[in-house]
Amino acid sequence: MIEHSYIIALLPLVSYVLIVFFFSKRDKVASGIAITAVLISFVLSVFALFETLADKGPHIIRFEWIVIPGFSLPLSIYFDPLTSVMLLVVTIVSSCVHIYSLGYMHGDPRFPRFFSFLSLFTFSMLGLVLSGSFVGTYIFWELVGLTSYLLIGFWFEKSSASNAGKKAFITTKTGDLGFLLGLLVMYFFAHTLDYQTFYSLVENNQISAGVLTAIGILLFMGAVGKSAQFPLHVWLPDAMEGPTPVSALIHAATMVAAGVYLTARIMSIIVVSHTAAMTIAYIGAFTAFMAASIALVQNDIKRVLAYSTISQLGYMMLALGVGGYVSGTFHLMTHAFFKALLFLGAGSVIHAVHTNDINEMGGLQKKMPITAITFYIASLSISGIFPLSGFWSKDEIFGAVMREGHYFLLIVAVLVAGMTSFYMFRLCFLTFTGKPRDQHKYDHSHESPKNMTYPLMVLAFLSIFAGWVGIPWLHKGYSSFVFFEHPHHESPVIWLMIISTIVALSGIYLAYLMYYKRSIDPVKVGERFKPIYTFLLNKWYFDELYMGTVIKFVYWFMEVLYRFDVGIIDWFVNFVGRFGLFNSRLWQTFDVYIIDGAVNGAGYLTRWISGGLRKIQTGQVQNYAFVIFLGVVLLILFRVM
Amino acid sequence: MPTVDHYLVLSGLLFCIGAFGLLTRRNAIGVLMSIELMFNSANINFISFSKFLTPQALTGQAFAVFVITIAAAEAAVGLAIVVLMYRNFDVVDVDYIDFMRW
Amino acid sequence: MGLAVFYILAAVILVSALFVVTLRNIFHSALMLIVCFFGVAGLYASLNADFLAAVQVLIYVGAVTILIIFAVMVTHQLSGKKIRQYNDQPVPAGLIIISLFLLFVVSLSKTGFEVVKSISSSPTVEGIGKALMTSYVLPFEVVSIVLLVALIGAIVIARKD
Repeated sequence: MIEHSYIIALLPLVSYVLIVFFFSKRDKVASGIAITAVLISFVLSVFALFETLADKGPHIIRFEWIVIPGFSLPLSIYFDPLTSVMLLVVTIVSSCVHIYSLGYMHGDPRFPRFFSFLSLFTFSMLGLVLSGSFVGTYIFWELVGLTSYLLIGFWFEKSSASNAGKKAFITTKTGDLGFLLGLLVMYFFAHTLDYQTFYSLVENNQISAGVLTAIGILLFMGAVGKSAQFPLHVWLPDAMEGPTPVSALIHAATMVAAGVYLTARIMSIIVVSHTAAMTIAYIGAFTAFMAASIALVQNDIKRVLAYSTISQLGYMMLALGVGGYVSGTFHLMTHAFFKALLFLGAGSVIHAVHTNDINEMGGLQKKMPITAITFYIASLSISGIFPLSGFWSKDEIFGAVMREGHYFLLIVAVLVAGMTSFYMFRLCFLTFTGKPRDQHKYDHSHESPKNMTYPLMVLAFLSIFAGWVGIPWLHKGYSSFVFFEHPHHESPVIWLMIISTIVALSGIYLAYLMYYKRSIDPVKVGERFKPIYTFLLNKWYFDELYMGTVIKFVYWFMEVLYRFDVGIIDWFVNFVGRFGLFNSRLWQTFDVYIIDGAVNGAGYLTRWISGGLRKIQTGQVQNYAFVIFLGVVLLILFRVM
Repeated sequence: MPTVDHYLVLSGLLFCIGAFGLLTRRNAIGVLMSIELMFNSANINFISFSKFLTPQALTGQAFAVFVITIAAAEAAVGLAIVVLMYRNFDVVDVDYIDFMRW
Repeated sequence: MGLAVFYILAAVILVSALFVVTLRNIFHSALMLIVCFFGVAGLYASLNADFLAAVQVLIYVGAVTILIIFAVMVTHQLSGKKIRQYNDQPVPAGLIIISLFLLFVVSLSKTGFEVVKSISSSPTVEGIGKALMTSYVLPFEVVSIVLLVALIGAIVIARKD
């Protein structure tokens, strides 16, 4: 299967082409094709996983793409355990989202288009995962960004949606600039863009550490944009304007994980360059803390989840930055499942009550039990409660941070874990328990159809058990499958597990007190810490900050350029135009009187001369005969004389 | 006995008289008759050369036969043209037929 | 004796030729043409060209002149004082013709002919016949075609359609 693993990526592309060109009006056919394609991809990914289990590889398949004498740009597939895990994650989440969308998008006028975009996205993401060279990664990276833009702005009639699409595109593009620069630097110094060639160069110390740091940080800039890390995280909450399945697939589980994936792919740089590693780790930690703090006070169910996503991605970056290759990618996998589940659950709630505001919900668990139960499972999982999958992966991260001796980062990480469990259960309690705060909406709510609840159940199952492959006591577990350079089998740190569980439970307990029992009034707490509350509610004023600095600067600069254009360029262009006009008038005069005069004069002269000469043609044969005789006389005269 | 020069001068005079007629007569038939005179002057030349320069070969006489033949053909066609001209224009003046002028 | 005959014949030819080109009446011109042709025939006879003399009389006098007279009759172009017989260029034509003749004479005087002693061998009919059927058979055939073409052409041109 691995030699033909490109089929996994191409199937959704085929589906996209079919839908766009042949079934753009046929709801059932379009969704059928898209789901079939992604399911087949999923099955093939499972086969590929088994093959990888037997032989870890990496397997490399090369294709020639651009060959110019002296330069060739090969594309390749780099297939190692991480690839196979990522394939599985992407296809599982994508399949669930596809099926879920059947119910969620039911009746949408652009239903087939939605599925075609989903297919295109799945293709791009799978291509990104499979690609074995940075060129291919970059291409699919941009494709993923494009699909994200298309899907965020799917309901483009809403100006907020189209603005969010633009914001996402422009913000991630800023990061992509770094990615591109990183590639250029890499090509300049290493003369290759291929993963394996580059890795071996790095291993043999053929590239200086400074260059590696530059490459690492530049590539990480791309990851910052795509994975919504500080300072380019502002697009992700706005991206929640897109349809909820899209949020689940792209902005929670897979696309934002692309940045983490890329960072994992440059692990060899992180190992070598301490500067790059620390940049990644601290940005990750800061992002995790900042996003978690914002999530504490948000009232929009999807925004809470969006900030939660940012926070969790920060965790992964933190893990990778301290060299925890296993823990970072492991958390990436488990997070994909429970975050997708959370989003799909949120989508189910929104589908039922038609609002995003948790203040208008409450008590919904009676009305929609499956959604509620799966949502609780996911919340427990993300909070890191034993023995759900989130517990194991989060614990791996703590372990990695601790082993490397970054105790400050460890404290931040544990603190964020507490905040995570608090805001997740605040969300749960406000949504599903207590008295309905909007009776009308409560009355009209209902459990979602089966094609929406089944994916929830599948993902709930995975949210519980997917992490079990990484139980530290397991000798043939995740860490002996996906690893960097050599498998390390770390012994579990029991006291760390206990601490993290206690912190998580205390977060839940606090949420329970405030939002279930109401023994602490959240409003009073909010008023007591008014400045902090406002600060968090306004998301640390990042949007305002960017509006006031970057955007304002851009506007100012545009104004300057505009004035430059009008004042100098336009003036010059107009001057050149006027001068040209004057000059051409001059030449016109010359043309009319001299050139035309000469031409016409030649004509008149010819006519005048021929007017005289034509009289020779009398039509009288005897005149002609006379001329003949004259000629004869002259000829003889010449001969005789 | 007359020499070859006598005959040549005679033929030259006859040719010039014919040429004068050709250049000056208005009547198309007159022009044709002038041309016949010129043919005759040519024949005189042929025959006198035959007599005085190549008496055995008779080449000149043979060619005179051809000239006479051509002259007959020319007279036939020329007169046919004259008749046609007369029928179409009611005149036989060559200076009337000047439609090819400017 | 021979010289006298030559001058007489020459006088007849030239005078009649002058009349041909100068007489106002075209019919008279045609008659003078006959006289001229007879003179030329006599000249041929004096040059040992007995066959050609006969042909001259037969074809020119008997056929061409008669044809011309027919044409004159058919066109009944009336002669008379009213009708101008010459175009506008007799003077320049006369000048050019005179100069042409002078040049003839000049070039004649510059040319020396190798005169061969003539052997009188009349009749010449047999010789001409042999020449036409052997050396000149191709021109002979071609000229026959030309005659045929002229015949058909004359008919086509003059035919009323």
